[in-house]
Amino acid sequence: MNLRIESAAIDSLMVRLFDQIDEANMPWLITAAENLRAAFGAQLIDLVPSYTTLLLHYDLHALSEADAIALIHSSLHNLQPLANETGTLHALPVWYHESVGPELTSIAQRAGLTPEQVIEQHCSRDYPVFTLGFAPGFAYMGLVDEALASARLATPRQRVPKGSVGIAERQTAIYPLTSPGGWNLIGRCPLTLFSAERGSLLQPGDRVRFVSIDHTEFIRLGGDDTVMEASA
Amino acid sequence: MIELLVEHSLGFAQLQDGGRFGVRHLGITQGGALDWIAMEQANWLLGNTADAAVIEIPLGGLQLRAQTSGWLALTGADLNAKLDDQPLAPGQAFQLRHGQTLRFNSPKRGVRAYLATPGGFAADPVMGAVATVMREQLGGLHGNGRGLHNGDRLQGRASNTETRTLPADALWYPGNEVVLNLIPGAQIAAFAGASLFAAFNQSWTLDQRADRMGMRLTGPALRYQGQPLISEGIPLGAVQVPPDGQPIILMNDRQTIGGYPRLGAVTPLSLARLAQCAPGQKVRLRVVSQEVARRELLAAIKALATQGQPTPP
Repeated sequence: MNLRIESAAIDSLMVRLFDQIDEANMPWLITAAENLRAAFGAQLIDLVPSYTTLLLHYDLHALSEADAIALIHSSLHNLQPLANETGTLHALPVWYHESVGPELTSIAQRAGLTPEQVIEQHCSRDYPVFTLGFAPGFAYMGLVDEALASARLATPRQRVPKGSVGIAERQTAIYPLTSPGGWNLIGRCPLTLFSAERGSLLQPGDRVRFVSIDHTEFIRLGGDDTVMEASA
Repeated sequence: MIELLVEHSLGFAQLQDGGRFGVRHLGITQGGALDWIAMEQANWLLGNTADAAVIEIPLGGLQLRAQTSGWLALTGADLNAKLDDQPLAPGQAFQLRHGQTLRFNSPKRGVRAYLATPGGFAADPVMGAVATVMREQLGGLHGNGRGLHNGDRLQGRASNTETRTLPADALWYPGNEVVLNLIPGAQIAAFAGASLFAAFNQSWTLDQRADRMGMRLTGPALRYQGQPLISEGIPLGAVQVPPDGQPIILMNDRQTIGGYPRLGAVTPLSLARLAQCAPGQKVRLRVVSQEVARRELLAAIKALATQGQPTPP
């Protein structure tokens, strides 16, 4: 951990803690976020944690930039990583199928695996949630096995259905809302990941294990099996 | 209390307020009126709180009919508005009587007009705000992020008739070249020296790709020489430079995190001005310190609240 504070905007500072994406950053980032929320209280407008940083948006009516920098330094002095894992472990059902995951076959071919082996790989580990972004409740998770790593589509799709499970490089995610997107799709999750009433199901520091389900179970859980076009 | 029927809408006019806060960590964007100065002026004319819900009307394409009589205030762009057949200039509070129509045709000056009503337009806030964000399917009249559509009915929250008058020169429209103040920061030191010289000493052109998410500038390609970036939070007004070297100024509906290098961030006062610029507009970036920018912003907010314009007359 190497704390640096940079000016980001008239009322925002970038708190930089690390230089590399690493699961080991998470316990540090989580306590840093807690400390900053406690120190700023009502003068904190927003705090956006990412893989290595926290973007802190403070109330410029109450604080000058120098005040905010001093407050960050004092609240992160002697920072310790979160001692115990407090994140929730989520088992998320996914119907892995070509009709809702058009890149399932191409990922398998590139990796020299069968689609079944790709599914097995994708379900074989717990993925930490690194950060939320891109869209409400969109959780960046990883890292998937090196063999499954896939570059984003050259041309993003105009419409990726809600629940689509995708891979980009070594990251994996579920689209909480129907939106444009360029990730490689391999299946679909029937659960609601975000709603205005309940917020986001997944939080940074949570862990996710994907569980392969069949079509019957997918429909029973409320999934929408509308077929996906193969390319953009 | 006024009630308005949307008789015709292209779907882009939408309810906006000061934006959605305390939710950025969930991946939820800010939203809110792009020209927040014009929003505050419209509310000021009616004695509303500065960020009461208003209708943001980009370019025109909206016709409203009064179902009951009531007060409204219009600021921001001059969209050749007509009250029945009479031209209606922005910058004033006015009454719309039962049966009368209000039509916004096409832009004469500026891009975005703002329409306020006493108490603000009624809508249930979603996650703390009425701000419409189409991409996120959040906020707006029905809570689902949709803009105004034919048949929608809008209601005011109050019926006071105490109105104010704006000073003559209170509304702002772009001239030949618009100066945007930028607070340097982020990865600015990792851009090539010649690129930085070009960034602040040449004129940029606002591209066609200019919307509530971001405004793209075209001009000399800026060369970033640093390491590839790991995605990080993006503040309002951030000027990001993708590999093609053409900067994008990130606006209220931007993504919450992103991985392109940035020069810094344009100030809120300049962003309100940018919101009134049309594609083809010449703009210039000027460096300002955070300290000076903050002092100017606080003074402007105070002047808006007392006199209805950001700079004291």
